Amino acid sequence: MDIVEIKNLTFKYPQQEVQNFNNFNLKIKKGEWLAIIGHNGSGKSTLVRLIDGLLAPESGEITVSGIKLTPESVWDVRSKIGMVFQNPDNQFVGANVEDDVAFGLENAAIPRKEMLIRVRQALERVKMWEFADHEPVRLSGGQKQRVALAGIIALKPEIIILDEATSMLDPEGRQAVLEIIRELNQVEHLTVISITHDIDEASNAQRVVVLDDGKIVQDDIPAKIFSHGASLVKIGLEPPFSEKLKEELVKQGIEVPDEYLTKEGMVDWLWQLFSKQ
Amino acid sequence: MGKVLLGRYVPGDSIVHRMDPRAKLILSFFFIVIIFLANNWQSYALLFALTIGSILAAKVNFAFFIKGVRPLIWLILFTVLLQIFFSSGGTVFWRWGPFNLSYYGLINGAYVFCRFVLIIFMSTLLTLTTAPLEIADALEKLMMPLKKIKVPVYEISLMLSIALRFVPTLMDETAKIMNAQRSRGVNFGEGSIMQQIKAVVPLLVPLFVSSFNRAEDLATAMEARGYRGGEGRTKYRVHYWQTGDTVGCAVFVAVLIILLFLRHW
Repeated sequence: MDIVEIKNLTFKYPQQEVQNFNNFNLKIKKGEWLAIIGHNGSGKSTLVRLIDGLLAPESGEITVSGIKLTPESVWDVRSKIGMVFQNPDNQFVGANVEDDVAFGLENAAIPRKEMLIRVRQALERVKMWEFADHEPVRLSGGQKQRVALAGIIALKPEIIILDEATSMLDPEGRQAVLEIIRELNQVEHLTVISITHDIDEASNAQRVVVLDDGKIVQDDIPAKIFSHGASLVKIGLEPPFSEKLKEELVKQGIEVPDEYLTKEGMVDWLWQLFSKQ
Repeated sequence: MGKVLLGRYVPGDSIVHRMDPRAKLILSFFFIVIIFLANNWQSYALLFALTIGSILAAKVNFAFFIKGVRPLIWLILFTVLLQIFFSSGGTVFWRWGPFNLSYYGLINGAYVFCRFVLIIFMSTLLTLTTAPLEIADALEKLMMPLKKIKVPVYEISLMLSIALRFVPTLMDETAKIMNAQRSRGVNFGEGSIMQQIKAVVPLLVPLFVSSFNRAEDLATAMEARGYRGGEGRTKYRVHYWQTGDTVGCAVFVAVLIILLFLRHW
């Protein structure tokens, strides 16, 4: 059964000329873990925001869990979807951990008695209950993302969308978050849609969709996609930081060496360039 | 940097800490009003007894209260001096031009000093024993009647609690930007006033830009989590009015009655 179905989607941002999506089609199966990869500006984030009704399409049809997305049904659709965003700090609404988990429940007008039970269960699930009265400043990025996940678990959605949710975390925090997602996907059969630049995260998926310029260029199991090796960079899995910096410097009209530089090599080259001027 | 917090809340588990924030807020206002009824030594002594009693009940270190007075000491001294030199009556000890030092002037100066100290002590007690968020909650509850005249009470209190939640986050960010700008050669807190003002610009601009980005992210995240205005939400955090709160109010009312009696001694 398809839990998300996108038919003939067309969309562009109001201030832009070019179409972000033109006649776009995608089906996502219930219980599936789908990774969406693609370089910056390929339309990954736009796509998931369209699915959650945070952006409105120009034309086309999006159906989530049997509900057709319209301005009237948008809140019903959102209640089926939990979203975790990139920046752990900018999605922490509550003054402390338990308040933040309760925020979504308060919005859904869940009675307080049930709220207390659900907040506790969700926090125990992500192993954050002992931090229930901690303020966000006292938490690491990974802990904050786990709290964000608890906020979603408490709402019992059918789909979890991760919009580069692990990209600002250290390796440990990233592992802890992925562990919880894996469990939710395998034990509770939640559908997972994850946007990522991280090869590890994408390899957890059952299916990988590569987006480029609003079009699906590849759609396959991870093993097949990753066998392309060197062209990974082209399809949007993270190139090393020093390479990205080089690219930006070229855009500024600065000449850079052709050979690959490590981070240390890049630092050396940069300060040498700076002291010459 | 992180220590300069609003409210300087000191966690604890005293009777005063456990009181309903609404009760504490109301009593603090009530106290500030009744201070102005005091007009003789007996009544000020009574109010001091009440304040000291409350402080003892809160089990908070007295040094915090002295610290609370310190930043306002110049304002207090200025007001007291005005009272001393410009009010007349009773025996005049000294006179020069418009200034005169009289018996009543001295008494009035002392009273004004007492008033300041009492108000500062009591409001410090409120902020020391009540978390900023609890004060925001109490304000929401107390503003509820304003809903009738279409004041968006829920939204105001959510704004307040989000603002409080982001204070430490933005302080961290300020510290980071300051360090980043220092490493680029900006001097903070050095040079003439003009130079110091100029040094603030490269601090404020990135801070503003990032605050707006944060606001936008936060709005999206809130919408994704089903926030659609304050109406029809349930509340996770609730406060219960307990016996202690009623007793507290009774004590303050009793003090008011004795105070009214002392006025006409």
